[in-house]
Parts: sequence; C-alpha cells; structure tokens
Amino acid sequence: MNNRLLNWFKFASPQSFFPLAGKMIPGFWALAVIFGVAGLYLGFFVAPTDAQQGEGYRIIFLHVPAAWMSMFIYLVMAFWAAIGLIYKTRLSGMMASALAPTGAMFTFLALWTGAFWGKPMWGAWWVWDARLTSELILFFLYIGFIALQAAIDDPRRADKAGAILALVGVVNIPIIYFSVKWWNTLHQGASVSLTKAPSMAQTMLLAMLLCALAFWMYSVAVALMRVRGIILERERNSEWVKQQVTMAAAGR
Amino acid sequence: MVWNSFSDFLAMGGYGLYVWGSVGATALLMMLEPIIIARRNSALTTQLQRQFRAERNQHTQRRSPA
Amino acid sequence: MKARQQRIALIVGGLAVLGIAAALVLNAFQSNLVFFFSPTQVASGEAPKDRVFRIGGMVKEGSLTREADGVTMRFVVTDTAREMTVNYKGILPDLFKEGKGVVAQGKLGAGDVFVASEVLAKHDENYMPPEAAKALDDAGSRAVNEKASHSLKQ
Repeated sequence: MNNRLLNWFKFASPQSFFPLAGKMIPGFWALAVIFGVAGLYLGFFVAPTDAQQGEGYRIIFLHVPAAWMSMFIYLVMAFWAAIGLIYKTRLSGMMASALAPTGAMFTFLALWTGAFWGKPMWGAWWVWDARLTSELILFFLYIGFIALQAAIDDPRRADKAGAILALVGVVNIPIIYFSVKWWNTLHQGASVSLTKAPSMAQTMLLAMLLCALAFWMYSVAVALMRVRGIILERERNSEWVKQQVTMAAAGR
Repeated sequence: MVWNSFSDFLAMGGYGLYVWGSVGATALLMMLEPIIIARRNSALTTQLQRQFRAERNQHTQRRSPA
Repeated sequence: MKARQQRIALIVGGLAVLGIAAALVLNAFQSNLVFFFSPTQVASGEAPKDRVFRIGGMVKEGSLTREADGVTMRFVVTDTAREMTVNYKGILPDLFKEGKGVVAQGKLGAGDVFVASEVLAKHDENYMPPEAAKALDDAGSRAVNEKASHSLKQ
C-alpha cells in the first residue's frame, strides 16, 4: 500500500510526468484516429437514413460526442482542481488548466452543430430552452475559468481561484444533463442513457459511440500536449527543465 | 453503402449545408487545436534553449578572465 | 504599469463574462425553464394571459388546413386531454407533421385561437431507418399513440 502510494506520488510530480506524458501522446493519437475513421465511416457510409430526419440526423455523430465531452471534460477538470485544492499537488492544477480550452472548444462545437441541426429540424438556430441555455452557461464557465487564471500572475493563486470557480460551476452539469427531463424543452430527451435501452438503430448507435471514443482519446492527447507546455513554462527555473531542454536541443 | 453517387453524398438529402457546416467546423477546430499547441510548445522550448544558452555563456564569460 | 493594466482588463473581462452568465442563469430560471405550456395548462390558466408564450403538444391528425388567403395555416394542438386551435402565417419547418410534436410561440387571440408568430417542430429521441419506422406503424396505432404520448412527456 505504502509502495503503491509512493509510485502514485512519483508520477504526480511534474518532473516524472513530463516524459511519461510525452510517451503516451502518440498512443492516444493513434486510438483517436482509429476510432474516428471507424466511427465516421459507419456514420456517413453505412448507417441508414433516419425515418424522421432523413440524412440531416447525421449531425448526431458529431453533436452528441462533442456535447458529452463538453460535460465530461468539465467534471475531470473540476476533479483535478479539487485534488489540487485539497492536496496542494502542483500537477493537478496544471491538468485542470490544460483541460479547460479543450472543454471550451467542445462546448462551442456542441452549440454550433446543435444550431446547424436545430435550424432545419426545429425551424430555429437557437431557442432559449433549458438544455441550450445551460450548455451556453457551461461555455461561459470555461471562458470564465480561463480568463480568471490568465488574470492572476502567481500560478498557485491562479490555480486556487480557478479551482473554486470550477467547483462552483459543477452544479451546472446535472442541470444540463437532466434539463430535458426536469422541464419542458424543445430539445428531445436522451437517446442513450444508463437507465434505459438506447432508442437508436444499432449501426447508428455504434457509429456514435465510436465517434465519442475518438473525441475522448483526442481530448486526452491534446490535454497531455498542453500540460507538457504548462509544465515547462511553470518549472522553467528548475534544474530538470534545463537538462530536459538542453538534451532536446542536442538531440536535434 | 447508402449513397448512389458522390453528388448524393454531398447533397445529404437536401441537408448538405447543415451537415457539412457541422462537419467543417468540427474538423477545422479539431485540426487547429493540436497544431496551435504543438507550435506553442516548440516555440517555448526554443525560447528556453536560447535563454539557457545565454545564461551558460554568461557564466563562462564571467569565469574565464579569472 | 502595463502588466498591471492588462491584469485589470482581464479581471474586468472575467467579471463581465461571469455577470453575463449570471444574468443568463437568472433569466432562464425566471421564465424560460418552462419552454412551453400544454393545452391543459393553458385551459387551467397557468399560461400568461397578455404576454407572448409557447404552447406545445401534438399536431392532431387531419387537423391541418390552409385558410382561403393561401398563407395562413390552421391546425389543432393536442395533449390528448385538451386541444387548442393554432393560426400561423408562415413557413412550417420540415419536421412539422400531423401526429408529431410541435411548439408554437404567440398569443391567445379572439375565440381562444392561438395566434402563432413562430412554429417549431419537436422531434423525439428515436432514430431508426424508415423500414423500422413503418414496421412500428403497422404494429398498430395503439402502440404508436402510446409512444407518441411518451415522447411528449419527455
């Protein structure tokens, strides 16, 4: 137990995580590409036309994975922020900062693809229903987190302030998820959930899940890339960064 | 395969604008993001390399006359 | 001095973003969380009287007609308990169909006719190929009705 704890803490230090992350990135890229190609192929070439929405429903293969990731990344970000707040581990705050821009991007994509889906199907680019409004608030939470951290020079204080904002904002996630159940919304209910059988044809479902996996792997790869940059930036005065960087220069 | 021709595929049953508008934005952002990060990381590395080299040179210069 | 000004600008920007977010939240919680009222709710007086609001339900089968002027559509929205007639001048969305979900925004007019300024189609969360949908339809109108009322509730 003690030994395992030690191991965990070993990788929790930026110094040992930096090369580890570097080694993991290509693997996650490969997985993202494999799942992405398979999911898009199934979704755009194999999955049948939808009875209600014709070919327009194919936006689902991007919209739902983006929306899932927008919420999931926020939860992971808040998790790391909380760990950093409680245990004062340096790497946790860096992880939270590395995840925020990707989460914001997926939130934007969920809103964008949603608008492009809503216009032909519902008849409106945007409506102020509970699902859409709460997702927009998620976007502002990400932007607020990023802006707040950018506004504070001392990284430790920036991490702390960001963590508090991130944790307060967690309330919004169940609101987004359950909004279609709790209130009358124009947005339809969930097609896929843990509590009931999915209401989608099998090929459509498989394509959507593969795309979601691809987005997930992409997020990990991109967050690891970004966290490496953050580590270098914040630890630039340490001896190991000096060695690391000079070694990289010699290798080139 | 659900398409009879390439133009069928592009038309998306009349929803081409909406489907490709979504695909385009998603593809653009998901390609740009890693490129931007990779560039920023390598710029940071070069900057640090330059800084460390300058520091080392300062050290040796200071030491050499003594 | 410049770095400090930048920091102040960022903080002001951050606060502005948070302010906008808070305003949106309050606005949403105040009035927009109930995106639409059902005909039953309208009948029991839950919907606002003189303000624009939305009603939602199913378009009653066989109720869609075009007025003599050629642009005004008239259809009946039902929640299986109560019904309400809607007048709408404009283009209906692609997914607008009899027997499917609809949300209309507007005001109550003379003779309890709802005069809509915007009509949105509400679709359900079921995705299936046309053959499967047809098989479901053929399985009997009772099952379809049940499914429809189920999807309305969500």
